[in-house]
Amino acid sequence: MRGYFVGAGLAIAVATVAGSAVTTQALAQSEIKIGEINSYSLLPAFTEPYRKGWQLAVEEVNAAGGINGKKLVVISKDDNGKPADAQTAANELVSSENVAMLTGTFLSNIGLAVSDFAKQKKVFFLAAEPLTDAITWSKGNRYTFRLRPSNYMQAAMLVEEAVKLPAKRWATIAPNYEYGQSAVAVFKKLMSEKRPDIQWVDEQWPPQGKIDAGPVVQAVAAANPEAILNVTFGADLVKLVREGNTRGLFKDRKVVSFLTGEPEYLDPLKDETPEGWIVTGYPWYSIKTPEHETFLKAYQAKYNDYPRLGSIVGYETIKSAAAILAKANSTDPEKLIAAAEGISLSSPFGEITFRKIDHQSTLGAFVGKTALKDGKGIMVDTSYRKGSDYLPGDAEIEKMRPKD
Amino acid sequence: MAFYVVQFLTGLASAASLFLVASGLSIIFGVTRIVNFAHGAFYMLGAYAAFTLTERLGGALGFWGGVVVAALIVAAIGVLVEMLLLRRIYHAPELFQLLATFGLTLMVEDLVVLIWGPDDLVGRRAPGFRGAIDFFGQNIPSYDLFLIVMGPLVLGILWLLFQRTRWGVLVRAATQDRDMVAALGVNQKWLFTSVFALGVFLAALGGALQIPRDAVNHAMDLRVIVEVFVVVVIGGLGSITGAFVAAVLVSELNAFGILIFPKISIILVFLVMAVVLIVRPWGLFGKPEAPARRTPGLTVNPWRPLTANERFAAIAALVIAAALPLFAGNYALTVGSEIAIFVIFAVSLHFLMSVGGLASFGHAAYFGLGAYGVALLAKMAGLPMIACLLLGPLLGLLGAAVFGFFAVQLSGVYFAMLTLAFAQIVWSIAFQWVSVTGGDNGILGVWPEKWAASPSHFYWLSLGIAALAVVILRIMVFSPFGFALRATRDSPLRSEAIGINGKRVQWTAFVIAGTVAGLAGALFAYLKGSVFPDNMGISLSVDALVMVLLGGVETVSGAVIGAVVYKALNIWLVSQTELSKLVLGAFVVLIVVAFPKGIVGTLEAFMHRRRKSSSSTSSLVTSRIETAE
Repeated sequence: MRGYFVGAGLAIAVATVAGSAVTTQALAQSEIKIGEINSYSLLPAFTEPYRKGWQLAVEEVNAAGGINGKKLVVISKDDNGKPADAQTAANELVSSENVAMLTGTFLSNIGLAVSDFAKQKKVFFLAAEPLTDAITWSKGNRYTFRLRPSNYMQAAMLVEEAVKLPAKRWATIAPNYEYGQSAVAVFKKLMSEKRPDIQWVDEQWPPQGKIDAGPVVQAVAAANPEAILNVTFGADLVKLVREGNTRGLFKDRKVVSFLTGEPEYLDPLKDETPEGWIVTGYPWYSIKTPEHETFLKAYQAKYNDYPRLGSIVGYETIKSAAAILAKANSTDPEKLIAAAEGISLSSPFGEITFRKIDHQSTLGAFVGKTALKDGKGIMVDTSYRKGSDYLPGDAEIEKMRPKD
Repeated sequence: MAFYVVQFLTGLASAASLFLVASGLSIIFGVTRIVNFAHGAFYMLGAYAAFTLTERLGGALGFWGGVVVAALIVAAIGVLVEMLLLRRIYHAPELFQLLATFGLTLMVEDLVVLIWGPDDLVGRRAPGFRGAIDFFGQNIPSYDLFLIVMGPLVLGILWLLFQRTRWGVLVRAATQDRDMVAALGVNQKWLFTSVFALGVFLAALGGALQIPRDAVNHAMDLRVIVEVFVVVVIGGLGSITGAFVAAVLVSELNAFGILIFPKISIILVFLVMAVVLIVRPWGLFGKPEAPARRTPGLTVNPWRPLTANERFAAIAALVIAAALPLFAGNYALTVGSEIAIFVIFAVSLHFLMSVGGLASFGHAAYFGLGAYGVALLAKMAGLPMIACLLLGPLLGLLGAAVFGFFAVQLSGVYFAMLTLAFAQIVWSIAFQWVSVTGGDNGILGVWPEKWAASPSHFYWLSLGIAALAVVILRIMVFSPFGFALRATRDSPLRSEAIGINGKRVQWTAFVIAGTVAGLAGALFAYLKGSVFPDNMGISLSVDALVMVLLGGVETVSGAVIGAVVYKALNIWLVSQTELSKLVLGAFVVLIVVAFPKGIVGTLEAFMHRRRKSSSSTSSLVTSRIETAE
């Protein structure tokens, strides 16, 4: 019997090989391919706008003559939200699509898995979204670069505002996985350095995506904090806000919250948006710089929709990749690394630089307060924080980052 | 004091939400014995439908009407599913319906995103229940109070329905003894359909009632399904009261547990289930299942070793597979290695399921333990690859020996759920013990040594080990141990009477299966170069189940083809289409309908029938065995 099975497997394998061989043949030398991986099926709320962002960037790059005359092509794969599947996709992109570099990823563990793959296979990888500090520091490697401001940077931006609050008793609510844990750890460390008088009175660690909000809100309220740090997002945030509003948790308490100002997470809250939270986010409606106006106009013209933060990340990822490829004028990974280290380019948020020391970009974030306007949540009193101002000193980074 | 009262009430509200969904699942399982994996999908559809209706209709009547109508619409969908899909496969081997409902769940996850878009949807608050009630300075949301009333209300209505109506009497009878009810001339078809409709209605109602406090999104189904299963099992299958008590127990333990251990939520339900099942093997309110009236010799085709020709064909196939590196590229070879590894994983579960009759829902635990074993040995002890490959799976063996000892004391779905609980406990250790396992960021840099690093070498290594694993497990099936294991599966009483120590035989089988799974995990760690907690997650356990069922439970080595087809298709679809879940789900459903015994099982039955088409006695035997459960 087993003959049939193996035969069937073989047939599938042959079909795959044949199929990919044909596409490889069809590739003229006039194209440069980027392999893009993200959690399209698991996290569509973020990745759909993200996809629109990078598609816009590809269009713009090619309209402006491509990469030194060659057409830019992005081949996109879904990772199912699993590190192992992301590696399968990365392998396909590198081995059978012959892409010049890998980009993308959302979840931290997937970002790390792909960065480890990049290191092993000596492929250039530009991580778009994963926030974990490890990807550029403790588990950093020379093949991996990262676009978004890291956990540490966002924490530092929030701490700058949070230390000004008179509150001494703090509680934290964060999803129980690496992102939540490290966000809380960094926030606590930076806060306590500047304000030794602060007491941490309670911490809640609901499982990501499965918060039982009522008991959590009640438990935090029982500790009677003066201020709360929130790291939950998505559906968990909605539940937390709804329970918190009804139970009066946020009344007369200051709340500092990661990512809540991003349209992906703020918009679903509609008229239940709590007011006065100090958040990081993306107030696309009130950024009046020429770079952003240009981006906004192009995005709205193409999609008839407003951009989310994912759109910015997707757009800038491909823009950065294109700039690196153009500067290197080669697809050799070593030349790409040399080109990427220290490269500066424009973004909708202003000029950004990929640092040589840890391969982190200096893309920043907006910090502001949440408010309600016409039954919708918005960010007010926003200001852009440059990423370069919120990174630790070089000596500290060199201590954390493994030598190549 | 007021705080504790309010915390208790908050826990009750969570319990009520959980109970609404769990009661439906319990009813469906109790009567039809379907492990309805799609229950979470119906819950989610209920929430989505209610969102749309309540947004459209507006007003208090619109809200409550919308909630009920949504539940009714979804119940109608449930009826369609039952009539068009499940009816065809009631006589398929146990758990095959799980495969069908799994396929449906995959499809629904993609469909809701297609229909309602990717954004989280936040529905309206319930009219009349927007605010909170002050209780000695503590706020209780009035909607929580509404839910607290709803829970017992639904329990009461269901109690009346089951105790005071003729329909209820029939349902209870069917829960206790299906064959007898059928023998007494009750039309089972409509009984099953109505029960399924009621169960789905309750699931959808549970989902619809969440819209004032939750965000409707496409991951709701998986969030709820496992938890609901656990609640049903803790309460005792088929016992509505049990489900209610279990929901209260779990929710209250969570509400008060997080005050002391804020990180407990992630694992609490599984801990409770493990403890309950070890102490009370049939759940809190469950009764021991009546001994199954199963004809000894479950399979239509008695198993036999391969004939000389078949052996030759198998070796030829292996040689062809081994020649793949001659004409395939690196990517195909890496996919080939992955498929070979999943063949090992699937045959290990298949050994436990079809030879041992023990369906494990947590087999990924041993796969993951093997992977972590390798990663820890390689990274911490710095052992060479060969030593890691040999020693890594021992962690799987160890885990299987410990957990298997407790698990084999149970049988059927309780066994499955206890294995699930153990797997989740292992998973949460890997997830939480950051200093050793790296938490969810995993362990990186576990790459093979030079001699195995090239894709072709690694492919040959995986293929060789896979072939070896299949052969060894086949030899075991036809060894005295294998016969003892099958005897225990087919008739525990008779095998005991001839002096077989059933529990010990099953325990040994569990350890063997766990070790082989650990071997697959060890190879997987090297293939991917890294290890993550989801190497032991629920979705991997489900994947293994699907592979075995797809191949055919009642075959000797059907899992091989199940693994090849499912894994290859999965990788290919994820790479080729945006809607991989929709297509894969549809494919699984089609397979279920077209091959009700699994791919290999159906092919075998077909060939068997052709060979013996003239013999009338054979067809008589076949039909008798098919109708027996």
